[in-house]
Amino acid sequence: MSGAAREGIGQPVRRKEDFRFITGNGHYTDDISRPRQTYAYFLRSPHAHARIRSIDTSEAEKAPGVAGIFTGRHVADDGLGGLICGWTVTSKDGTPMKVGPHPILALDTVRYVGDHVAMVVAETLAEARAAAELIEVDYEALPAAVSLGSCQKPDAAQVHPEAPRNTCFEWELGNKAETEAAFAKAARVVKLDLTNNRLIPNAMEPRAAIGEYDKGSGIYTLHTTSQNPHVARLVLSAFVGVAPEHKLRVIAPDVGGGFGSKIFIYAEETACVWAAAKLGRPIKWTADRSEAFLSDAHGRDHLSHAELALDADGKFLGLRVKTIANLGAYLSTFSAAVPTYLYGTLLSGQYDIPAIYVEVDGVYTHTAPVDAYRGAGRPEATYLVERMVETAARETGIDPADIRRRNFIRSFPHQTPVIMNYDAGDYQASLDAALEAIDYKGFAARKSDAAKRGKLRGIGISSYIEACGIAPSAAVGSLGAGVGLWESAEVRVNPTGNVEVLTGSHSHGQGHETTFAQLVASRLGIPLSNVEIVHGDTDKVQFGMGTYGSRSGAVGMSAIVKALEKIEAKAKKIAAHLMEAAVEDITFENGAFTVQGTDKSLAWAEVSLAAYTAHGFPSGEIEPGLKEGAFYDPANFTFPAGAHVCEVEIDPDTGIVEIVKFVAVDDFGTIINPMIVEGQVHGGIAQGIGQALLEHGVYDPASGQLVTGSYMDYCMPRADDLPSFTLGFTKTVCPSNPLGMKGCGEAGAIAAPPAIINAVTDALGIRDIEMPATPARVWQALQSAAPRAAAE
Amino acid sequence: MYQFNYERPKTLADAEALLAKSDDPKILAGGQTLIPTLKQRLAMPSDLIDIGGIKDLDFIRAEGDAVMIGAATRHAKVAQSAEVKKHNPALAALAAGIGDPAVRHMGTLGGSIANNDPAADYPAACLALDAKIHTTKRLIEADEFFKGMFETALQDGEIIKEVTFPHPEKAAYMKFRNPASRYAMVGVFVSKGPWGIRVAVTGAGQNGVFRVKEMEEALAKNWSPDAVANIKLPAKGLNADLHGSAEYRAHLVTVMAKRAVAAAG
Repeated sequence: MSGAAREGIGQPVRRKEDFRFITGNGHYTDDISRPRQTYAYFLRSPHAHARIRSIDTSEAEKAPGVAGIFTGRHVADDGLGGLICGWTVTSKDGTPMKVGPHPILALDTVRYVGDHVAMVVAETLAEARAAAELIEVDYEALPAAVSLGSCQKPDAAQVHPEAPRNTCFEWELGNKAETEAAFAKAARVVKLDLTNNRLIPNAMEPRAAIGEYDKGSGIYTLHTTSQNPHVARLVLSAFVGVAPEHKLRVIAPDVGGGFGSKIFIYAEETACVWAAAKLGRPIKWTADRSEAFLSDAHGRDHLSHAELALDADGKFLGLRVKTIANLGAYLSTFSAAVPTYLYGTLLSGQYDIPAIYVEVDGVYTHTAPVDAYRGAGRPEATYLVERMVETAARETGIDPADIRRRNFIRSFPHQTPVIMNYDAGDYQASLDAALEAIDYKGFAARKSDAAKRGKLRGIGISSYIEACGIAPSAAVGSLGAGVGLWESAEVRVNPTGNVEVLTGSHSHGQGHETTFAQLVASRLGIPLSNVEIVHGDTDKVQFGMGTYGSRSGAVGMSAIVKALEKIEAKAKKIAAHLMEAAVEDITFENGAFTVQGTDKSLAWAEVSLAAYTAHGFPSGEIEPGLKEGAFYDPANFTFPAGAHVCEVEIDPDTGIVEIVKFVAVDDFGTIINPMIVEGQVHGGIAQGIGQALLEHGVYDPASGQLVTGSYMDYCMPRADDLPSFTLGFTKTVCPSNPLGMKGCGEAGAIAAPPAIINAVTDALGIRDIEMPATPARVWQALQSAAPRAAAE
Repeated sequence: MYQFNYERPKTLADAEALLAKSDDPKILAGGQTLIPTLKQRLAMPSDLIDIGGIKDLDFIRAEGDAVMIGAATRHAKVAQSAEVKKHNPALAALAAGIGDPAVRHMGTLGGSIANNDPAADYPAACLALDAKIHTTKRLIEADEFFKGMFETALQDGEIIKEVTFPHPEKAAYMKFRNPASRYAMVGVFVSKGPWGIRVAVTGAGQNGVFRVKEMEEALAKNWSPDAVANIKLPAKGLNADLHGSAEYRAHLVTVMAKRAVAAAG
C-alpha cells in the first residue's frame, strides 16, 4: 500500500497530536505564563439569592500582594455590557423571550451559589485568595426559586423582574390542530412523565484565561479555553465592549475537552481581559474543580409530559409534548436555542409521525446557567421519543423492534412536522445490524439464565437521530440565531510543497490535526507529515465559528475541500504554464501534474516552488503564490442516525445495574478515520451511561446550595462502570456536503440513555425510573413494585 | 491552604515534644484526608507534624497469634504483606480495596483510624477483629477507641504507634461502595476468633462504626449466611443522603453481612 493509501480517507491513522499530549508537551492555557503576570481569584456568592447591601474591600486592598480588586461597580462605571444570549426565541404569543441582565460581576443581586461578586488580583493565587477572605459583603439573603417543578408558581421567588413567573419564554412548534385531530382518532394514547436529569460537564481541563493588554499597540490578548475563539472575540467586542474586534486577539491553544461547556463566553475570562488594561499587567485565572462545578454552564434539566397517539396497528398518529426546561439564573450564550430549536425539531425521531405539537417553557431558577452539553437538546428529544416508543410497545404488546420497523421513515427526503428535512438514512439497516450483533433472538434464554442466578435481565433499544453539521446560516437566522453557522478554511502551500491549513474549527480532543490532515494529504498526494493544521488563534485564522454540534467534519472539512479545489485549480494553471499546455489538458493525481496523453509531468513540489519563484508568469493571468481560502455554508443539517441496544443485569439485593452488553450501530456517512470515530462513539456512550446511571447535578431545593459540588457526590463514570462496546457502522452518504459526512461526536451521548433506561425498566418490569438509575433508586423501585407483584 | 509550620521529626519523642509546644498542631500521616482539607481551607493548624519520617512506625510483624502493624504503614503494604495475607487475609483484602492505588500508596492505618471517618474501612476491621491500639500513652481496645463521627478516644498529644490484630479463625469484609466517592456506603466486617463473633458496620451509621449484637448472637448459634438474612437493622440512626435512604442502608447491612459470612466460609 502506498503512503497516501495508508494515510488517506478511511484509514485508522494514529492521532498526530497524541504524542504531544501524552508526553506532557501540550500547551494548555495554564501552561502559559506571561511576563509580570498576576493571578485572579473570584469571590463567589454563598447564597442562591441575595441582595448585596454593600461590599467593603478596604481591608482586602491592604493585604499583601494585592494588585487590584474589582466589583460590579467598577464594571458598570466603565460602561461594560453584560453577557449575552446569541439566540432569540419568540413565545407563542409573539413576544420575544424575557431576558434579565447578566452582569460580568454582580452589581446589587446575586442569583446562584457561585455567582461572581468580586475579582481579586494579586501577585500570587494564594495572596489573591487570602485577600478575598477579607472582603466584607453585606448580603440580605432572599428566598430562592430552585426547583424546576415549582419555580413558575405565583408565590415562587423571582429570579428576574423582567420575567414574571420566572418564565423566559413559552415556545411552541408543530401543528396543534392537526395533532389534536390525530389524538381524536387514535385507538390508543400512551402517556408518560419524564425527567431529563441535570448534568455538570466536567471537562478534564477546567476553564482558564490569561488576559493582557499592550499599551503600545492598544491590543488586548486573551488566552482562553474556548471551543470557538472567534465567536468569543465577536461577543467580547461587539456586545460586552471590552475592545474593538481588531484590537482584540483571542487564542485558544490546546484545550482539554469542552463538551459544549467551553462554547460560552463567561464572566471570569471576560473580567481577566478587561481588568488587564486597568492594571497594566497580565491576569491569569484557572478554575479549580470546585469552581468548575459551581460556574461552568450545566446541561439538560427538563421535566416533560408526553403523549403518543397510535392507531390499532401500532402506527404512530401524533405526538404531543409539554416540557419545562431549566435555563438557570442567567441566559448563557446559546441556552435559549438548546431546549427549543435543538430539541423540538428532533421529536419526530426516526419515525413517520404525521402530527407533532410541542410546547416548551424556558424558565429561570436560582441555579447555575444551563446551556449546551454534548448533544444539546437532541439527547433530550431522543430520550423522550425512545422512551415513548418503548412504552407504546409494552402497552400494545408489539415487540419493541417491530413497532419501530412499522413506523420508520423509509423514503427520503422526508419533511417532518417539526422543521427538519431528513436527507438520507436507512434506519432499519442499523436496527437489524444492532439486533443481530446483540443476538436479540437469544435474549429470552439469557433472561431465564440470569433469573436462575438471581439476576433481573432486561434489554432496551434506542433508535436515535440527531441533526448535526450545524448549520445552514439562513435556516438558523430565520429561527433566531444571532450568527451564521458556516465555516472557513485557508490552505497555504509553502514553496517547498508542505501545507498549512488554517481552519475555523477548533480541536479540543476531536483529533482534527489528524483527520483534517488526512483529507489534505490524500487530496494533494503528499505525506501526512507535510500538513500542519492551524486553529484557535484569531490572529492566524481570519474567522471561524468553532467546534460543537458535530460540525467540524461536515462543515469545517467541507470548507477545506472548497479551498483545496481552488488550490488545485490554481496549481493546474501554473503547471499548464510550466509545461506549455492548455490548463484543460492537465490532470492532477497522486501528487503529480500530467499533460494528458503525454509523458510530461511535474511533481507537486515543483509546482509549489514555481508558484513562488513566479518566473515568467504571464502578467495579469497568474498571480504569484499558492494560497486560497473558502467559506462553506451547509445546504442542510446532516442527520446521523443509528440503533444502540443495551442489555443489563440487575442485582435485586443491591439495586446495582450492570451493563452486560452494549451494541452501537451508527450511520455517520463517510468516515475519515474509523479509529477516531470509534473513540468518539466510546466517549459519547460513556457520557450517556453517566447520564443514565451515575451523574446528577443536585441543588438543595430549599437553600439552593449545590449538593453535588465535588466528585464525592457527583458520580463521574469510571472505566469499571463501562462494559466493552460492540460497534458497527452502516452507511448512507450525506447528500448535502461534498464528502458525504454526517458527524459522530455526540451520537453516543444522544443514543445511550434511552437504550439503558429501556433496558432497566424492562428488567424491573416498571414503566419508568428517573435518571440516573442509581442502586438506591433501583432498589426503591423494586420495593414499590414488590407488593404489587405479590398481590397479582 | 493557609500558612502553617511544617515539621518532620525523626523520632516519636521529637514528635511528642513538637506537639506539646505547638498552639494548634495537626499530625500529618498519609495526608489523604488532611491535605484536601487544608487545600480547601477547611482547617487552619498552626503546625503540621509529619510523622512520615519516623521509621519505627512503618512495619508489619507477625508474632504469636497476632499481626502488629505500625501506625504509619501504608495500605498498599498491608495489602501486599505475606504475613497479613497468611494470617488475616480479610484484612489484606480490606486494605487492597481502600480508595485507589494512589490513595493506597499514601494513606496509612494510623491516619485512617485516628481520623475515624464514618465511611472509612479500617475502623470496621479494628472493631470486628478486637484490635488493640497502642499509643504513646497507653493501650486502647478497639471497642473503646471509636467514639463517634470523626471522634476517637485519642487525647491531645497522643500518637498511635501500632495496631495489634489477633488472628481470626474466619473473617471477611464486604463493602458496598458509594457510586460517586467509592467510600463505603455500607461495609460489614464479620469475624470469628478468640473474641467470639463480631459484626462491625462502617459507612452506614451517623456515629461511625458500630457492632450489630443481634447478628453476632445469631451467628454464634449458626455461622451461616441464613442466620443474618432476616435480621433487619432499624433505619433510625443511619445516614440518609443523595445516594440512599436510611432504609436502603439498613437493607444493605443485611445484604453485605450475608455476603461477608458466605465469603468467610
